[in-house]
Amino acid sequence: MTLVKIDKKQWAQGLEALQKAYRLFGPAQEKDYYSFKSLDTGEQPDLGFTNSRLSPKALLFPQSDTIIEFSLDENDEDHHIMKPVEKDNSPQAVLGVRPCDAKAVTLVNLNFDTPEYQDPYWVKALEATTFVGLACDEPRSTCFCTSTGCGPYNEEGLDVLLIDGEDHFLAKLLTDKGQALAEAAGWNTPVGDAAEIESRKEAAEAKITSAVEMDNLKNQDLMELHNASFWEDIAFACLNCGTCTYTCPTCWCFDLQDEVHGKSGTRMKNWDSCMFPLFTVHTTGHNPRGTKTQRVRQRFMHKLKYFVDKYDTGIMCVGCGRCVSQCPVNIDIRKVCNLMNSYNAAEVACAVNE
Amino acid sequence: MLNPYVPYPVRIDDIEVATEDKSLKTFKFVFLNEGDEEKFAYHAGQFAELSVPGVGEIPIGIASSSVEKGFVKFTVFKAGVVTSHLHNMKKGDIMGIRGPMGNWYPWDLLEGKNILIVGGGFAFTTLRSSIVYMLEPENRSRFGNIDVVYGARTPGMLLYKDELVAWEKRDDINMHLTIDAPAEGWEYNVGFTPPITEEKAPQGDDDTYAIVCGPPIMIKFTLPVLEKLGYAHDHIIMSLENRMKCGFGMCGRCGIGKELVCKDGPVFTLDQINKTPKEY
Repeated sequence: MTLVKIDKKQWAQGLEALQKAYRLFGPAQEKDYYSFKSLDTGEQPDLGFTNSRLSPKALLFPQSDTIIEFSLDENDEDHHIMKPVEKDNSPQAVLGVRPCDAKAVTLVNLNFDTPEYQDPYWVKALEATTFVGLACDEPRSTCFCTSTGCGPYNEEGLDVLLIDGEDHFLAKLLTDKGQALAEAAGWNTPVGDAAEIESRKEAAEAKITSAVEMDNLKNQDLMELHNASFWEDIAFACLNCGTCTYTCPTCWCFDLQDEVHGKSGTRMKNWDSCMFPLFTVHTTGHNPRGTKTQRVRQRFMHKLKYFVDKYDTGIMCVGCGRCVSQCPVNIDIRKVCNLMNSYNAAEVACAVNE
Repeated sequence: MLNPYVPYPVRIDDIEVATEDKSLKTFKFVFLNEGDEEKFAYHAGQFAELSVPGVGEIPIGIASSSVEKGFVKFTVFKAGVVTSHLHNMKKGDIMGIRGPMGNWYPWDLLEGKNILIVGGGFAFTTLRSSIVYMLEPENRSRFGNIDVVYGARTPGMLLYKDELVAWEKRDDINMHLTIDAPAEGWEYNVGFTPPITEEKAPQGDDDTYAIVCGPPIMIKFTLPVLEKLGYAHDHIIMSLENRMKCGFGMCGRCGIGKELVCKDGPVFTLDQINKTPKEY
């Protein structure tokens, strides 16, 4: 790891240099929220945000992505032959990624890059991407990253971590990709002492007071949790709107749909959600998760139990708090996680018997 | 990097109406590109996504056997958007196949064992693949006794009738065909699959495995019969179905607990199924 100092007076100049080597993306304000956008030449990322409304996962896994194309015109020699769509996988750099969202990319990667199968659209986009993170010094009240194995200065999934000083950024160059980006930007003023970062990190962590308990999830019996008594209560107010799954940086479920225009067509990969009844309904009309309680249970069980058991890397949640703050009926994953962590089926059974 | 979303291009080589009510058709596909058939190497019990450009994809069990070369076969029930479209396609049409997908019946484990196959209705496709595989001369000696209980509503609803009749005449496989009610010219069993299983199937023991595929109502009444016959839960092998899109474990919808039916299944033992949520 190399540590360099970027004078804020050199920031714009560095970005200009980066524009030549990378497609740049960064946060920009839209109405009363922030989102990640492609930055035009001379455009600066707006780093005065706590976090964006949606995570930057769409830069690797677009909400709607055309992956296959074909002709239906029988006069064409290759009619009805399905061909992959070529993607622009030239280098891209995402500026101002929050550490939680960067860690989320590493969790989603477990799904899309497996020993058996690789999703080439995700894998190639990830290869082409350099993540320039921005440490959080002013967390939101709904942030609970420190208890999910992440944190405001967490480095997993990042190539560079920027720490915002008054008139400068400190940049930790964490990977070869990060080194290459700093070189391209001309950011090379070395800093010897990293002590400042440690104390800043501790101060930032201390500001995060919200937490989940997850130490016991692995030991819990899967079927006991699945049959737990609290799911009806948790799901009671749910509208199945899907906001939680769309805003979640670790949600990866998708749908495949064909679209035809005249004699040509495409196949698309679209974000989908376990909150929707159509997600699982069979052609017969039978739906294995036909009630909203079953669907709410699926979302939490997947993130907090199935994923924990399958990968042994903790929960499928980085504590960004988006689903907590954006849920229209105030369903709170922190509460559900704690309930699942402390659930004792035997005790509940006794209480009913008494 | 292989792109698992891109189907192998295939041509419909033949279409056969498979049942008297015409609700099922058997499609025979040949690969357009040299080498794709080899890449599609599969085992009995696996499935594939039949991919119709502009319409969509549908996961269907592979009905042909790996010992049959030069084509792949699927028997498809007309049910939804893609299968209805498929039923209206004609010989010579071009479409795609992705796969093979999922696991298969555990042929290594089944080596040297007696096999009981219980099938109902049109859930006989991967069972046909399995029987053809086991009856192949070079494979037959690798397995013990083979018993097959196969039931349908009427004689005309049984799939692969010519083959069933041929197997009925062999002495290295015990066929127990049955239909729901008596019918003219029917010379085999009459009755639902579960009671016929109880009557005809061999006793379960360490060296006997049951492979069961059929409609939910048949499964429901067959499992207690198998338990009664002495089949342990880890000796009862089943194949699950769920709504699927990708077919290789990424799109997330076919999960039953931490298992994905498309990639960790579709073949599970009853023992495994009992440890997962019943979300199929």
